Amino acid sequence: MVVERQILNQKDIQITIERLCHQLIEHHDSFENTVIIGVQPRGKFLSSRIIVKLKQLLNTANLESGSLDISFYRDDLRRREEPIVPDIMDMNLSLEGKNVVLIDDVMFTGRSIRSAIDALMAFGRPKSVELLILIDRRFSRDLPIQPNYVGRTVDAIDSERVIVEWNEDVGKDRVLMVKKD
Amino acid sequence: MSNLSVDHLLGIKYLKKSDIDLIFKTTDNFKKIINQPIKKVPSLRDITIANLFFENSTRTKLSFELAEKRLSADVINFSSASSSLTKGETLLDTVNNILAMKVDIVVMRHPNPGAAVFLSRNIDAKIVNAGDGTHEHPTQALLDAYSIREKYGEVSGKKIVIVGDILHSRVALSNIYCLQKLGAEVKVCGPSSLMPKHLHELGVTHFSDLKEALNWCDVANVLRIQLERQDVNYFPSLREYAMVYGINKVVLEGLEKEITIMHPGPINRGVELSSDVADSKHSIILDQVENGVAIRMAVLYLLAGRIKN
Repeated sequence: MVVERQILNQKDIQITIERLCHQLIEHHDSFENTVIIGVQPRGKFLSSRIIVKLKQLLNTANLESGSLDISFYRDDLRRREEPIVPDIMDMNLSLEGKNVVLIDDVMFTGRSIRSAIDALMAFGRPKSVELLILIDRRFSRDLPIQPNYVGRTVDAIDSERVIVEWNEDVGKDRVLMVKKD
Repeated sequence: MSNLSVDHLLGIKYLKKSDIDLIFKTTDNFKKIINQPIKKVPSLRDITIANLFFENSTRTKLSFELAEKRLSADVINFSSASSSLTKGETLLDTVNNILAMKVDIVVMRHPNPGAAVFLSRNIDAKIVNAGDGTHEHPTQALLDAYSIREKYGEVSGKKIVIVGDILHSRVALSNIYCLQKLGAEVKVCGPSSLMPKHLHELGVTHFSDLKEALNWCDVANVLRIQLERQDVNYFPSLREYAMVYGINKVVLEGLEKEITIMHPGPINRGVELSSDVADSKHSIILDQVENGVAIRMAVLYLLAGRIKN
């Protein structure tokens, strides 16, 4: 894997998250009826950061949240060489009548988000579902799904990959564009 | 994590420890799924599964069928009582006819040991052994070990005694393989006439005395006396068996420590277990049943992942 360029550094990520949080507050006011859901495994890092920032901005300790494992809802079970290894599902809440903000790090074909929307419905019928994405790889969609909140839009070709690294995971916050092997 | 090392689930004997760990890890997730408001996932919606039961079964068949339906697979059921087997068709012909209807996975219970292995060598579908005669019953052993892991956090280092009819029990053999692979210590207890000849080759020793066995173990997995497989009398009477090897409250209260009671079902109440034990807090029998569905979902899901388009 060859790193082509850095898309965001630690400072950029911090500013972007702060901006996304302000946009969320614009739409969700006090978050009374809103639930933040991170998509496992990578969306969890971003959603945790967003929850921390929102709590700070809203000056509250109560924000309903969960993390959603989509393994069993995917559409590529028999099309992969590697098995899909499920992650932790942490959804001790009902989504019935809630406004859901679904969070993932990178959006590419839209298939993961399709699975995530399917998985969400197992926890009740939400009033609305919105999508927040840190990096949107536009022009690469297989399905008609678009995010409501975008950190940064990038143009990338098939042989390229966007990698989001988190301090909690690898000790560094940055977003890279790499060339696939 | 790697994939399963096998294409079929024929017996625990053929599994590696890493396979069992992968199955358990996947089961953890399915246990959460079956406790969700909507218990169904679309994973296997393009898979067809045939349940072939050439021998009577209630709970295993129900458990498999529920697991398959919760994974959104298409399911067809077959039982020998209402089949052409009674008209003289061979096993291979029956199964090939069913496969001609484009079936991807076959779950089979059969009275002959080795029937699942035979099928896996001759047909092009994933096979799950749901019990072959007195040989193996791998999903039962997996759910038993999973239930022990759930209760104690791990299986390794635990002491498990299997009580009852070891000679005729496929559950016992699969349990011995499974628990040993996971690092547990396994012993058996029951009348000598119900012990297999080559028990020591499995590294398993035998208690004749029930009390001694229960004082040694952390978990007692109690088996049913399989009268239907016994062509001669192995002990004088059920009543005498119950007096010597039946576990009741008095026996449990006389022990030096608390132990956990398991049973693969169906229970003959008053024979191997008394009602006050089967329904007591020591018993995890109903947890076993719940875990059975999750284990079978995990096994089917992992095997289906190996079917290539």
